[in-house]
Amino acid sequence: MSQFTPYTALGGGLLIGLAAVLLLYLNGRIAGISGILNGALVRHAGDTAWRVAFIAGMLAGGAAFWWLTPHAFAPRQGFPVGLLLAAGFLVGFGTRLGSGCTSGHGVCGLGRRSLRSLVATMTFVGCGMLTVYITRHLLGVQP
Amino acid sequence: MRRVLAAVLCGVLFGVGLALAQMIDPNKVLAFLDLAGTWDPSLILVMGGGAGVTALLFPWVLRRSRPRLDSQFHLPAKRRVDGQLLSGAALFGIGWGLAGYCPGPALVALTLGTAEPWLFVAAMIAGSLACKVWLDGGR
Repeated sequence: MSQFTPYTALGGGLLIGLAAVLLLYLNGRIAGISGILNGALVRHAGDTAWRVAFIAGMLAGGAAFWWLTPHAFAPRQGFPVGLLLAAGFLVGFGTRLGSGCTSGHGVCGLGRRSLRSLVATMTFVGCGMLTVYITRHLLGVQP
Repeated sequence: MRRVLAAVLCGVLFGVGLALAQMIDPNKVLAFLDLAGTWDPSLILVMGGGAGVTALLFPWVLRRSRPRLDSQFHLPAKRRVDGQLLSGAALFGIGWGLAGYCPGPALVALTLGTAEPWLFVAAMIAGSLACKVWLDGGR
């Protein structure tokens, strides 16, 4: 089980916030990952390259950090595949329907003092907590 | 071209932030969502730290007439809290709680060398496209 890691959590959060500020300052874009990905799934002239570039940079940055530092965790394996696929589908469907995820609503939307993002963030955090309670503690289907 | 380079730079910072905060470990995220277990409040500091920086600096950025490398800001136009927002956020929250991945960390986890994130991301893209078809059909 993981433990409270205040310094790396805050440091990571500040970097994510800085990345969001820079993207707005330079490109005028909101750093919402589901939105950036959804926009990259359909081709629009002049709108696809920066999205692919952002995602590629994010993968490179995350991978480089993980591979270059002593690994803080071992990647999870053996998680039930059905649960994984259902979860992925819901995350993809829900973030498009609700116009955002943890980064777009949680980090950027709250920073813009958007009421929509505040309501969305409280909703997905609340539903996430309820889901873990049900699957872990009531049904026991989640490891 | 400069916009693409700027996006790479921002993406790298974002990815390092996610990895430093251990958000690419789904067990870390689930430990935050598990109030009845050994609760780990780290994610509050990740989201709070990120939102703190944007709350402080977004107003300063948005006072400009335009971003550095584009002719205009591209901001969400929707203002109303409606059923789509609520049901979408709820479905996302359920999926998030089921596996511990939200979109950014799931994408970065593709680089860890295990099959799990690939299955999740494939299903996530399928869900996103299914929602697009469903929304377009309703018009």
